[in-house]
Amino acid sequence: MSTKIVERKPLSFFENSYLPTLVSGLKVTWKHFRKTALEGQSLTMEYPEQKWVVPQGYRGAPYLVKDQEGDTKCVSCQLCEFVCPPKAIRITPPGPNGAPADRRNAEKAPAEFEINMLRCIFCGLCQEVCPEEAIFLQKDYSLTGESREEMIYGKARLLQLGGTHGGIQKWKHKLEEAEAQEVFPVRTP
Amino acid sequence: MNFFDYLEPTTQFVIFSAVKILIVFGVTMTFVAYAVLAERKISAWIQDRVGPNRTAPPITKYIPILGPMLVRLGIFQPMADGLKFLLKEDFTPAYVRKVYFWLAPAIAVIPAFLTLAVIPFGSTLGNPDNKMVIADLNVGILYTFGIVSLGVYGIVLAGYAANSKYPFLGGIRSSAQMISYEIAMGMSVVAVFMVVGDLNLGSVVQYQAKHGWMVFHQPLAFIIFLIAAFAETNRLPFDLPESESELVGGYHTEYSSMKFALFFLGEYAAMISASAMMVTLFFGGWTLPFLSDPASSLLGGLLHIAIFIAKLVVLLVVFIWVRWMLPRFRYDQLMDLGWRRFIPLALGNILATALVLAFISP
Repeated sequence: MSTKIVERKPLSFFENSYLPTLVSGLKVTWKHFRKTALEGQSLTMEYPEQKWVVPQGYRGAPYLVKDQEGDTKCVSCQLCEFVCPPKAIRITPPGPNGAPADRRNAEKAPAEFEINMLRCIFCGLCQEVCPEEAIFLQKDYSLTGESREEMIYGKARLLQLGGTHGGIQKWKHKLEEAEAQEVFPVRTP
Repeated sequence: MNFFDYLEPTTQFVIFSAVKILIVFGVTMTFVAYAVLAERKISAWIQDRVGPNRTAPPITKYIPILGPMLVRLGIFQPMADGLKFLLKEDFTPAYVRKVYFWLAPAIAVIPAFLTLAVIPFGSTLGNPDNKMVIADLNVGILYTFGIVSLGVYGIVLAGYAANSKYPFLGGIRSSAQMISYEIAMGMSVVAVFMVVGDLNLGSVVQYQAKHGWMVFHQPLAFIIFLIAAFAETNRLPFDLPESESELVGGYHTEYSSMKFALFFLGEYAAMISASAMMVTLFFGGWTLPFLSDPASSLLGGLLHIAIFIAKLVVLLVVFIWVRWMLPRFRYDQLMDLGWRRFIPLALGNILATALVLAFISP
């Protein structure tokens, strides 16, 4: 490795008088002052009025999504609850006598699905682990509420905020395949 | 006004002085508040930001175009700041030396205001006896230096009272800095008074009205005074007693609420009195080259006060501007600059002035 020794010249008398630095300082500050105060080009984004463009792939608040037919995609497998590092997700499964899932052929849907947004760290593990593509980190970054209870988002609210996210509709196809098996002669799709 | 004329001269003097004191104090306090705003706004502009632009009391809704503009300029911000200081919890840490801890903010703020007493901020108002100076002392500048040097006690005491290491370091730095720059400051002024031949600040203004601004007679003295004033008021590039980045706020680290506000107030008041002093000593006080006779009418008197305030504001802006121009000096550089450059320079200036006065112009 070769080292380059930086030559440090001793300052001249003029430079030692602080005058050149003073002048250059004046110039720099004046340039910025003129740009901001007189020409109105400040770098500030005045937040509540001006909003930031959320980039693709941003990890905002996790919400539940519906499929293209408006059915709940979540099947209450509780993987996300298990993987969630801050334990922000709590799922109440329907139980043996619970209501059936919205989607035909899907085994179950959660009776209740809660995300505590105060605990959530927006890591995206729930989205990554979900076998049903039912939960996605979306673009909301500014969540507010007046109490702690209000910040625990329930199933209805999560679904409403989440919107629709179409997919391959695995269960629907399986049902169609199974129904095709019932007809004779067997036609494989 | 008839009632006033029947009073004894002493009573008249007392009433008149009291009124002047109240007005000067009130105006200075307003100036302090708006100097803080100016500081925040100018800093913001220099750093490509917008600065305070949100404070909007309900009345602004009813002012059509001007209202939103004033809000944008942050005109109401000082009220919010003041209210905040009043309402905050005044916390006293358990380990401080209580008496000094309470005493220090008061000692820091009082000298800054006291120096304003001798500054002639206008010619006359109404009748020719109403001089626009609170105390027309014949030893004006000596009084100022006496009082200004008291200012350091507040800071040193605050550093000592806090019983914690950063404030202590701030206090020590401040004492060393203030002492070394006060000498240069005093010496720079000596040359001015050699030229004028009188210690009364009113006569300094009169002299400048006749012979032109002192800044052209004594440019070196002005430069030394200006830089020393920066050091005296703890402003960047000499804000070593505070230095947020290394001493966490220095001497006022442990202070909060109104006690902190007093330090803050003291700093800005000191800035204003230093600027007022510079206006008086070097920029012709309340005079302009074509407006130098003491005013005969009320309007003329007010105009002179306005001229004084305008000059003051320009100097305050310079104070604020310089803050963003230069990085903070290292401690040894500061001492080097004070003792090894300014004091010899100021001494040389005195000598040169003396020689010129003795041999060239009598």
